[in-house]
Amino acid sequence: MTQETPSSEARRPDRAALAIAVGIAIVAAIIAYSTATAVGGSATRIGPAVFPYTIAGGLFILAIWTAFEAMRGDFPEREEQQIQPVVWIVGGLVAQMLLLHITGFAIATGLLFAATARGFGKGPLWMTIPVGIVLSFIIWVIFAKGLQLSLPAGPLERLI
Amino acid sequence: MDSFTLLAHGFAVAFQPFNLLYALIGVTLGTAVGVLPGIGPALTVALLLPVTYKLDPAGSLIMFAGIYYGGMYGGSTTSILLNTPGESASIVTALEGNKMARAGRGGPALATAAIGSFVAGLIATMALALIAPTIVKFALSFGEAEYFALMMLAFMTVSAAFGDSTLRGLTALFIGLALGLIGADGLSGQVRLGFGIPDLTDGVEITTLAVALFAIGETLSVAASKSTGEGKIEPVKGSVWMNREDWSRSWKPWLRGTFIGFPIGAMPAGGAEIGTFLSYSVEKQLSKKPEEFGHGAIEGVAGPEAANNASAAGTLVPLLTLGLPTSATAAIMLAGFQQFGLQPGPLLFATNPQLVWGLIASLLVANFMLLVLNLPLVGLWVRLLSIPRHWLYAGILVFATLGTIGANPSTFELGMLLLFGLLGYFLRLFGYPIAPVVVGLILGPMAEIHFRRALQISQGDFTVFVGSPISVILLLLAVCAVVIPLVLRARGKGKVLAALAANED
Repeated sequence: MTQETPSSEARRPDRAALAIAVGIAIVAAIIAYSTATAVGGSATRIGPAVFPYTIAGGLFILAIWTAFEAMRGDFPEREEQQIQPVVWIVGGLVAQMLLLHITGFAIATGLLFAATARGFGKGPLWMTIPVGIVLSFIIWVIFAKGLQLSLPAGPLERLI
Repeated sequence: MDSFTLLAHGFAVAFQPFNLLYALIGVTLGTAVGVLPGIGPALTVALLLPVTYKLDPAGSLIMFAGIYYGGMYGGSTTSILLNTPGESASIVTALEGNKMARAGRGGPALATAAIGSFVAGLIATMALALIAPTIVKFALSFGEAEYFALMMLAFMTVSAAFGDSTLRGLTALFIGLALGLIGADGLSGQVRLGFGIPDLTDGVEITTLAVALFAIGETLSVAASKSTGEGKIEPVKGSVWMNREDWSRSWKPWLRGTFIGFPIGAMPAGGAEIGTFLSYSVEKQLSKKPEEFGHGAIEGVAGPEAANNASAAGTLVPLLTLGLPTSATAAIMLAGFQQFGLQPGPLLFATNPQLVWGLIASLLVANFMLLVLNLPLVGLWVRLLSIPRHWLYAGILVFATLGTIGANPSTFELGMLLLFGLLGYFLRLFGYPIAPVVVGLILGPMAEIHFRRALQISQGDFTVFVGSPISVILLLLAVCAVVIPLVLRARGKGKVLAALAANED
C-alpha cells in the first residue's frame, strides 16, 4: 500500500496507534448510543439523528482503518517525549482553572505563567510566580478596566 | 455598478481614521506573530475574537484581515534569518532565504520577500475585487444541494487531498465533525450529545477549540520535544536594498508566483503552502542559474513569497463570496463574521456592501502599511526572535487563557480548553493535521443544514443532490480529491503530497 521503507527491520504493531483505534471506536459508540437514546426529534424522515449516525459510522470505519495501519506499523515514527514539562504545563492550567474564581485572575494566571516557564526549564518559582502575578495583574487592568472584558476579580484586583 | 466603483466606495470606508487604526494594529500584530515561531495568524485571530466582541464589526474584520496578511509577511523574516519557518507557508522561503542570509545577503533576501509580497498582495487583492462580483452572481443561483456539494468538496480537499496520510486527514476531519454535533441542532433545536450538561447546549466554541489546538497543543508539543529548537539568528549584514541584478532576477518570479498562488488559494483546496512549493519548482526550472538553487538563489525567495501572499488573498475569494473557509485562518475569520451576526456569502455583497468592499479596500491599504513596516523596520522585528522560549510560551498561554476567560469566565470552559489542548498535543504527536478539525467543526453543522433543507425542499428525494450539473461536478471532484491521493500514495508517490501538506494556516 504505502511506500516501502528502506529500514530492514520488520515493523511491529504500534500499540499507541492501536489505542487510538480503540479510542475512535469508543467515540463512535458514544455518539451512536447518545443519538439512539435521545428523546424527541422531528417527525421528518431526515431528522436530527441522520448526521450523528453517519459520523459515528464514518468514525467506526476510520477506527478499523487505523487498527489496520497500526498492525502494519504504518504510523510515522515519533520523537521521544519528555513527560515532565507536560505535567508542569497541564498542572499550571489545572491550577488556573480551579483557582480562577477563588483568587482572581492575576494570581491564578500568574501561577500558570510560572508553571509554563518551569516546564521550559526556567525557574526558580519564587522568582517566576511574582513576575507572572505582576504581569497578569497589568493584563487584568488593561483588559478588564480598559476593554470591559469580564475577568474574575480576587483580593488583588479589588485593591484598585 | 462595476468593481471599481464599488472599490472606490470601499476606500471611503477604509480611509476612516478608526479603520486605518484597526488596519495598522492588525498588520503590526500580524507581522509580530508571523515573526514569532510557534504562533500563526490562525491562533492570533482566535485569540482576538473575544477581545473584539464589543468593537465595531467592520473594524474588527479589517483588523483580522490585516493579521492574516501581516502573518504572511512576518513569516518570511523568520525563515530567512532563523531557518525556522514562523508559519508553515514560509517553509520554502527558508530553503533559499536562509542560505542567502548565511552568505551575507540577508538584506536583499528580506527585500525581495517583502516587495514580492507587496506586488503579489496588490495584484491578488485587485483580482479578488474583480472576480468576486462574478462569483457572487454565479453563487446566487446555488441551491441547498449545490452548497452541500461545495462543502463536501471543501471537506475532502482540506482533509484528504494533501498531507502525508488520507487516514489521518479524514480522522482529523471526523473529530471536527463529531465536535460540531454537540449542542442544539440548527433545524429542530434538539440538543445532541449534551450528556445533560447545560454548558454543552450552545455547542463547542470555535475559538476555544482553535486556541486550544493551536496555542496549548503547540506549547505542549514544543515543551515535550527533546530537541531545543534554538536556531542561530543570522544578522542582517549590509544594505536591505537590492541591486540591479537582484531586481532583474526578482520581478518575473514575483509575477509568476502571484499567478500560481492566487488560483490555488481561491480554489477550495486550502493552504498557502501548495502554491509556494509549485512556485519554487517552476523558478528552479526556469532559472538561468539553476546551479545557484540550494545555495541561495534569489528567485527561490521571490517566487514562493509572492505565491504565499497571493494565495492568502485567494483564500478570501471562497470565504467572502461563498462563505466557505478553506484554511484554518479563514475558518476562524468566518467565526469572526458570525460573532457579529454576519454570514459571508453572495447575500452579504448585497446586504452589506460597505463592509465587504471596505474590507477589500483595507487589504490594499494594509499591503502598503506592511511594505513600510517590513522593509525599514525589519531590525525591530528581528529582535522579537531573541525572546527566550520560556517567556514566549508562558506569555502565549497567558493570552490563550485570557481570550477564553474573556469570552466566558467559567471553570467548565477552561476545562474544555485544557481537554482540547491535550487533544492538540496528541494530534501533533501522532502526525494528524490540525486544520481539518477546525474546518470540520465550523462547516459540519452548515453542511448538515444544507443537506436537510435540500431534502425538505425535494420532499425526501435524494436525487436532488445530483440534480444539477454543478453539484454533480462538485461531488465528482470531492471523490477525486480522496481517491487520486490514495492511488498516488499506493504507488509510492506519497512524498510529493506530504511535501504539499496544508497544515497550520
